[in-house]
Amino acid sequence: MAEQVKTFRREDEGEPIDSLDRYLEGTQAATVEPLSFGTIALRRLLRDRLTIIALGVIGLLVVVSVLANVISQEFLGVDPNSTDLQITFQPPSKEHLLGTDQLGRDQLSRLLVGGRTSLAIGFFGAIIALTVGVSVGLLAGFFGGRVDDLVMWFINTLQSIPQIFLLLIIFALFAPTPTWLVIILGFLGWVGTTRLVRGEVFSVRERDYVTASRALGASRATLMGRHILPNVLPIVIVVTAIDIGTLILIESALSFIGLGVQPPTATWGNMLAKAQQYFHLGPHLIIFPGLLITITVLCLFIIGDGLRDALDPRLK
Amino acid sequence: MSDQSNAKRPLVEVKNLVKHFPVRGGLFQRVQTWIKAVDDVSFNVMEGETLGLVGESGCGKTTVGRTMLRLIEPTSGQVLFDGVDIFELDHNELKDRRRHMQIIFQDPYSSLDPRMTIGDAVSEGLKIHKVGNREQRHEMTLDILRKVGLEDYHTKRYPHEFSGGQRQRIGIARALALWPKFVVADEPVSALDVSIQSQVLNILKDLQEDLGLTYLFIAHNMSVVEHISDRVAVMYLGKIVELAPRNKLFSKPLHPYTQALMSAIPIPDPNAKRERVILKGDVPSPLNPPSGCRFHPRCPVVRMGHCDIEEPPLRELESGHFAACHYAEDYV
Repeated sequence: MAEQVKTFRREDEGEPIDSLDRYLEGTQAATVEPLSFGTIALRRLLRDRLTIIALGVIGLLVVVSVLANVISQEFLGVDPNSTDLQITFQPPSKEHLLGTDQLGRDQLSRLLVGGRTSLAIGFFGAIIALTVGVSVGLLAGFFGGRVDDLVMWFINTLQSIPQIFLLLIIFALFAPTPTWLVIILGFLGWVGTTRLVRGEVFSVRERDYVTASRALGASRATLMGRHILPNVLPIVIVVTAIDIGTLILIESALSFIGLGVQPPTATWGNMLAKAQQYFHLGPHLIIFPGLLITITVLCLFIIGDGLRDALDPRLK
Repeated sequence: MSDQSNAKRPLVEVKNLVKHFPVRGGLFQRVQTWIKAVDDVSFNVMEGETLGLVGESGCGKTTVGRTMLRLIEPTSGQVLFDGVDIFELDHNELKDRRRHMQIIFQDPYSSLDPRMTIGDAVSEGLKIHKVGNREQRHEMTLDILRKVGLEDYHTKRYPHEFSGGQRQRIGIARALALWPKFVVADEPVSALDVSIQSQVLNILKDLQEDLGLTYLFIAHNMSVVEHISDRVAVMYLGKIVELAPRNKLFSKPLHPYTQALMSAIPIPDPNAKRERVILKGDVPSPLNPPSGCRFHPRCPVVRMGHCDIEEPPLRELESGHFAACHYAEDYV
């Protein structure tokens, strides 16, 4: 009996293996060429159907938005900003696939052009928030002490001012063009990311593998770049995906109170805001922009979640 | 072999090491009080020996180990490594010195970066210190992994694909890849299954012979310490209470605390009769350690009026056998 147990003990494995099946499984696994981290993550992502669908939807929206002008002119044959008061509030028809608005503009082409602005505000705003947020959070969390005190003091002060009032003041000084909106929303959005990254860094930097690296003589840059950042990245990716969605929502909300991007430039937010006045005349004007915002934000949240799972090496 | 170690040259000398951690609180995070984790500890680690460091949880063993590698900055005191005070070194000098002093951790799960392959983790030190070229580093990594009983194909795997015992061996490989002189093993086997403990201990012992290593072996398990150590230091509440060659300490402990620890080692004989020293109460808080001898509130042979007033120094009672008890002569 004792000898049988012994034969089931693999050389590289300390523990005895209790069955022949598991033993064979082990030897088989040993001969398979291991995959790189990227490949494993990609495979896991491809297996996650919901995330793939969400990625597909967002990808489609991005492509269509980028090509908005081409599509409007070549395929729809309409200019998103040309008005025709003869055909206001038309329901979807052959000439205007998604109907027309209060000035007789083609809604589909406006949604395409507006999507470009809305998505650009979301993506670029989130990139600014991500860059600033991760850098500041990493430094505050890593160095702690006075640096952290200063950063947290600044963040707490900034967050204690209601954002909507801050935006009111800012947009009283600057015209809310898409560029300014991106910059301002980005620089207001970093605080949340910083808070999160800082907290995560606090926990990661105390782990033994960071101490081990320090004991090996690693520089601070190595510690942050090689060990801490990769281990806080999953949470950052989730937050960024969600940030993009949130920024699109904030832009819509700002449009609603008249502080968003000004007409005639279309965004989903200001289209929706305008449409609420004419709800009884053209319900399609509220349904389609609303639907697009909802779908986009939902997809971004799903992608965030899916990416986090795919990037976690502990989940298989 | 244990008695000869005193004749050897000390590799690491710890002199009056003190580490007090501030406890902050209140509105502006002011220092409220201090945790006296390590309070005036002095000892030497001889070249080639294994010095066991035992004591209960929270007695400051880990803090001693980490401060000796300057992973924690001390409050005061000196640690001489090859005669050089490591607390006086500047950034670059310290980096060079780190090649020669390494640490093995207790928890095999948090000691490996989940996002780094085993090969990258083990070769990290070689890369930091720019040892050899890529192929040479790879060769060295494979070499040390084989020494701890792992295979070449393991280099491309991630930590979650390994068992606790394997991870611990990877941690050992990482610490030893640079061929250090001195290794702090911070409870390297206490998180492992008993069946794997001996395997890891034997690997540590074999590598010590192969590479000529010096260990500070931190543990709370007396039989593990007895198995691996040449000399043993016993800590209680931030102080060393007894320091002796292994055989002397285990056959004739001179401090009442060590005696209590010894009597707690299980004997694999249900009929064996033994005198069990049961200590009263818990370890007092290092926030406010007892006056005089720190062990006096729990000591079975305490003499009030003396022990609670005067702090006993660590005295050499026999050759190489130190104890910090006013009445240690009673047991000699």
